[in-house]
Amino acid sequence: MEQRQQYTHSALPYFLLVPQIAIIAIFFFYPAAEAVYLSFMLEDPWGQSSLFVGLENYTILFNSTEYLKSVVFTLGFALVVSFLSLSIALLLAVKANNILHGKGAYKITLTWVYAVAPAVAGIMGGFMFNPHIGVFTEIFASLGWDFSLYTDPFDATFVLVLVSVWKQVSVNFIYFLAGLQSISYAVNEAAMLDCESDRRRFWTITFPLLAPTGFFLLVINLTYAFFETFGVIDTLTSGGPGGGTTSLVYKIYRDGFIGTDLGGSAAQSVVLLVLVLALTWVQFKFVEKRVHY
Amino acid sequence: MLALKNLVKTYENGHQAVKGVSVDIKQGEFIVLVGPSGCGKSSILRSIAGLESITGGEIHLNNRRIDNEKPASRDIAMVFQNYALYPHMTVYENLAYGLKNRGIDRDTIESKIEKVAKTLKIADYLERKPAKLSGGQRQRVAMGRAIVRDPQLFLFDEPLSNLDASLRAHMRLEIKKLQRELAVTSVYVTHDQVEAMTLADRIIVLNQGEIEQIGTPAEVYHQPASTFVASFIGSPAMNFHQAEIADGVINFEHQSIFIAEYAHLSAQTIQLGIRPEHAVLEPSKSGLSFSLTVQAVEPLGPNQLVHGLVNDKVFTALTPELHFASKQVLTLHVAKQHLHLFDKNGQRLQALAQEVAQAS
Repeated sequence: MEQRQQYTHSALPYFLLVPQIAIIAIFFFYPAAEAVYLSFMLEDPWGQSSLFVGLENYTILFNSTEYLKSVVFTLGFALVVSFLSLSIALLLAVKANNILHGKGAYKITLTWVYAVAPAVAGIMGGFMFNPHIGVFTEIFASLGWDFSLYTDPFDATFVLVLVSVWKQVSVNFIYFLAGLQSISYAVNEAAMLDCESDRRRFWTITFPLLAPTGFFLLVINLTYAFFETFGVIDTLTSGGPGGGTTSLVYKIYRDGFIGTDLGGSAAQSVVLLVLVLALTWVQFKFVEKRVHY
Repeated sequence: MLALKNLVKTYENGHQAVKGVSVDIKQGEFIVLVGPSGCGKSSILRSIAGLESITGGEIHLNNRRIDNEKPASRDIAMVFQNYALYPHMTVYENLAYGLKNRGIDRDTIESKIEKVAKTLKIADYLERKPAKLSGGQRQRVAMGRAIVRDPQLFLFDEPLSNLDASLRAHMRLEIKKLQRELAVTSVYVTHDQVEAMTLADRIIVLNQGEIEQIGTPAEVYHQPASTFVASFIGSPAMNFHQAEIADGVINFEHQSIFIAEYAHLSAQTIQLGIRPEHAVLEPSKSGLSFSLTVQAVEPLGPNQLVHGLVNDKVFTALTPELHFASKQVLTLHVAKQHLHLFDKNGQRLQALAQEVAQAS
């Protein structure tokens, strides 16, 4: 068996770890534990009294069509946003990597969007697609698309996807560009001698070599679409019209803080926690197996 | 077979790396481009491969002008310095990639790879990825990837410079054997003169984008065309000392010797070139003798380098293993056929008799 080297520890390492452990404990473990506890309780809106109700919050949740609708919306939204922002960013990065002159200007133009906060992006989108004063609403109207952000769930989703992708492309672009630049120059040149078609060379050499970057970004993008789009949703649609754009995270907020159903909201966050854990596990399992070379 | 016609390469920053290089390479010939860094040897190689566009001139391969064709359609294979294997593919896939893209069917690919793998002794790790291979193995795979395509021309870009000394000597010999066996025309770039001397049928010595000399290894060593070639080929480098010549009489270090072969030269100041290995302790009949004050001795094993001063200028001689004290004065002798004469511009002054001998 493996013989482990033993060191005598002083208390110092633990002491130095305390701040980090404290932060994780206070802001992660404690709230998570509280959420699990609350999900078994029925609490009055003012937090004066609570009643143990067992799994009732969960049974209500799983029988709710509204919740199911939110799950479907969230998954679809996350997949579409991730796919679009990854593919657009990849295309832009490949093009930017081939530019010889004015590379800097091109890069800055594409990356500054990263600095825009989601809520601000949402408000900007709100202006542009506003039913009364929105520039794009007018353009769509002149093209014969009766665009309505506040009444049509499809139109609302369209704007949310657009704004979320716009914001995320910049991050993906930076990573893809760095990934492209880390591919050995000589490997590209060897491929140029072996393969005449640029397109084929991209799919057989560049794309597989970018796979680790791409997979890392997929994780980041799914997380982004799940959680960070909260600001965009809140400022643009507030989950409407008719709950058509309520993501899981937004529903937790709505039910818990506006609907004051703390127990139900807590049950939802526990479900989401389990979902995210499962997703992370699958992803890392996949990363270990497939993406290494 | 491969013809470069007045090849010019100017980079965007205005640097002219190749200044009009013309050369004709015969079928099956092994050509080595050699020169110090920045001499344009890599630029020439990359221009032939099509990895760099050329500014002027033409490149012809088998009577086909190729300088406007894409790299992959030139029918050229290249071995890179850092091997440039595809890291996400197995050795087999690395070898198959170029063939697959040319639409060759699976069975043909398999039999070709099998043959090449046998020749290069890489059959045992065809299923491995490059990261799991040693430097020498990667080198073989890189060679295999070039050979398996059966190209009209091989290009080698300092392929041995990442290997350790013993492996380098071994691979050098293998490359030479393989090239003779396959008889594929090859252009090999190196800054290592030993590789140049051992591998080449003809050496092209480059200096600042221009050809200094084209010749067989023996020609380049025995009749260097200029002081540049003379000092670049041969290790340690040739010694240069000023001397006077008039009517075939060379005046050097208070000594005058008459060499009939140089009688045609006008009176002038010359650079006298003497290789360290040609300055010997035994007197020769009709040679030059001069004294050397020993400064330092570097033992090499079979022999030793003696550094000292001749007429207050540094001189290096290669002698057998003998003990010399510091400041000891030695008398060295150089046979007249081992004297190299260069004019004040560093161009070789040819001896008449040698020219006659060479022509016959």
